[in-house]
Amino acid sequence: MSSETKQILTTDGIPLEVSLKKAERKNKIKAFLLVAPLLLFLIITYVFPIGDMLFRSVDDKMVTQMLPKTFKAMETWDGQELPDEEVFAAFHEDFIKLVEDKREGKLSTQLNYTKNGFKSIIKKLRRKSKSFEEGNYKEQIMSVHKRWANVEYWRAIKRRAPEFTSQKYLKGMDMYVNEEGKIVSVEEDRRIHRVLWLRTLEIAFFVTVFCFLMAYPIAHLLATLPMKYSNLLMICVLLPFWTSLLVRTASWMILLQQQGIVNDFFVGIGLVADDNRPEMMYNKTGSYVAMTQILLPFMVLPLYSVMKTISPSLMRAGKSLGGTPFVAFWKVYFPLTIPGIGAGCLLVFILAIGYYITPALVGGASGTLISNQIAFHMKSTLDWSFASAMGLMLLSGVLVIYWLYNKLVGIDNIKLG
Amino acid sequence: MALKKDFVKFDKVDKSYDGKVLVVKDLQLDIEEGEFVTMLGPSGSGKTTCLMMLAGFETPTNGEIYLDGKAISSIPPHKRGIGMVFQNYALFPHMTVYENLAFPLRVRKIPKDEADKKIDKALSMVSLQGFASRMPGQLSGGQQQRVAVARSLVFDPQLVLMDEPLGALDKNLRESMQYEIKHIHENIGVTVVYVTHDQSEALTMSNRIAVFNDGKVQQLSSPDELYEKPVNSFVAEFIGENNTFVGEVSDISGGKCKVKIANTDILANPISVKGRGEKTKISLRPERALINPSDQMDNIHSGKIEEVIYHGDHTRVRINLLGNNQFILKVPNSSANLDIKLGKDIKIGWNSEDARALDPS
Repeated sequence: MSSETKQILTTDGIPLEVSLKKAERKNKIKAFLLVAPLLLFLIITYVFPIGDMLFRSVDDKMVTQMLPKTFKAMETWDGQELPDEEVFAAFHEDFIKLVEDKREGKLSTQLNYTKNGFKSIIKKLRRKSKSFEEGNYKEQIMSVHKRWANVEYWRAIKRRAPEFTSQKYLKGMDMYVNEEGKIVSVEEDRRIHRVLWLRTLEIAFFVTVFCFLMAYPIAHLLATLPMKYSNLLMICVLLPFWTSLLVRTASWMILLQQQGIVNDFFVGIGLVADDNRPEMMYNKTGSYVAMTQILLPFMVLPLYSVMKTISPSLMRAGKSLGGTPFVAFWKVYFPLTIPGIGAGCLLVFILAIGYYITPALVGGASGTLISNQIAFHMKSTLDWSFASAMGLMLLSGVLVIYWLYNKLVGIDNIKLG
Repeated sequence: MALKKDFVKFDKVDKSYDGKVLVVKDLQLDIEEGEFVTMLGPSGSGKTTCLMMLAGFETPTNGEIYLDGKAISSIPPHKRGIGMVFQNYALFPHMTVYENLAFPLRVRKIPKDEADKKIDKALSMVSLQGFASRMPGQLSGGQQQRVAVARSLVFDPQLVLMDEPLGALDKNLRESMQYEIKHIHENIGVTVVYVTHDQSEALTMSNRIAVFNDGKVQQLSSPDELYEKPVNSFVAEFIGENNTFVGEVSDISGGKCKVKIANTDILANPISVKGRGEKTKISLRPERALINPSDQMDNIHSGKIEEVIYHGDHTRVRINLLGNNQFILKVPNSSANLDIKLGKDIKIGWNSEDARALDPS
């Protein structure tokens, strides 16, 4: 059909489409220039760091570059028996170079991640290698320490040959690649991350539930009260936003500690004995209480904005048609607030899953979350690639939840305001 | 079964929201079974409050409301069994038309096949068959209004309340919906209490109209009586067009009174004046005053034409008559009346019984 329609020309004889595009080009350029600074800002501050983080979490070039000749020689090695002289010679050559550059310490740290016990034997090898004679390096290296004669350590070195690795991700789930190249879980008593992941999910879930239960009535009140009262209530809801997060968490510490106000009150009314004050801080309870309070506004606001749009005559209609107040609420009012519930829950859950300061201060040992572990690896062990890997696992977890929500409720059903 | 005279009864009902002002004052109102009663009044006159008290969303401050002989003040809205159509339709936006109509049936635990029959019937009543699976958002304003009417009727209530249901529709649609609602009422004989501020809507649809002002019923009567025989000057001025003269009664005898206006005496029908010297406001419908009057008319005066507005089928003529320069005449568009020109003096006459001498306010 389109081939039959005659091309429409403007009075100047230029095809209409061409002149339309020309006329709109200016606007398009203007619009693009307006968003360009933000786009640039986002690329610099978001896309690059996330990309770098992703790269860092799988990047394993360091060892690859430290032992280039060794890995080249190892290509033909099947890994069953000890490698032959050629590999040992290449390793010696690489190692001498590293010692010259004073980088053998880094190698030992890296190899130690793969298999415990490398640190001491590399130190020893450095000392002994000064007196090595030319030729027959296999014998000489094996004589430094019996571990150098153990094929498992050579297999461990070979495992570090690829430039990219998934071992940080496996470690994040308390798993590793064993000598046979199979993915297995670490021993039961050494699993720390799985517990943290589960606890993070658990705390985020319950904080979301608590927030929802508390925010729903508040939001309803906000939406139905006359203006002068609802404004005051709104200020009360927003007040926490205007106070520093640290101050709020600290005030929870004052309230919840064993000699704190809440415990004093409980003792005062005779609920608990003075010598048996419950611990409400430095455990999960502390995390629950403080996080719920801090994240509450993020649930109230989306709920409120949705409830505000629901006409009060709908509830009246429900009642006049014979529904009890509960039926009218459950069948009419509640379904209409689902977009707000979805938005609020998603927001609170995603914020809670990556929460850091509050659990660090009031969570104690049993109330810390995965983000505290990430921070620990960023600051203390300096294993940035592991921290990045866990950060990305957290991010993909959030994306999975987002995807699930989209499947169940539909993301177009969300309403933030 | 005889129709009950006082199916709905407001007995000395007062309503105040703030404890200072009475929104409804000492309301006494009986509504017959099967009747279509409209509460008509300006905004703030208390008509919607009365409807809300009847529906159960407001409680009377004093007095009692009876439905079918039972006092209902203590019955919650959902147990009253009263259908209601709201101003903004109040259709449940997350339910289809079918589910909207099924809602009142489901809460009454009516079996599905019976409910389906009722829904079909209700939808055909408002000629919306085939719309059952649509969402309210996909319907036009008029269609939504029909669904709201169908929903209020689907559970066979004895009484249906309508709170300015046509307020949001455009003029043509409003008029056709007026007839539609009227016909539905005639067909199923349900009692309807209708609230509106639109007098033409009230006149078209109702059996009886209660004119509200200032929290009180000013007059409760049939549309024609309301128009022809208003009992006070508020009703006379609120319903239809009206020419007024303010004057003083100079004589009253033989069912007629003389009222002195601008040094001229005119004859009028004494409705709420009792004796000489009383102030009064005379109300005369524009169509009851004629130009070129016949000699039988007992009021004949002349005035100057100040304005002529052409309306097609008739012409509105504004005349300065007896010191009132807002006197309106409706002159039919006929060849006999072609000499109406601006600035001309013409004779105007009317019968004294059409000029009702009412309270002066």
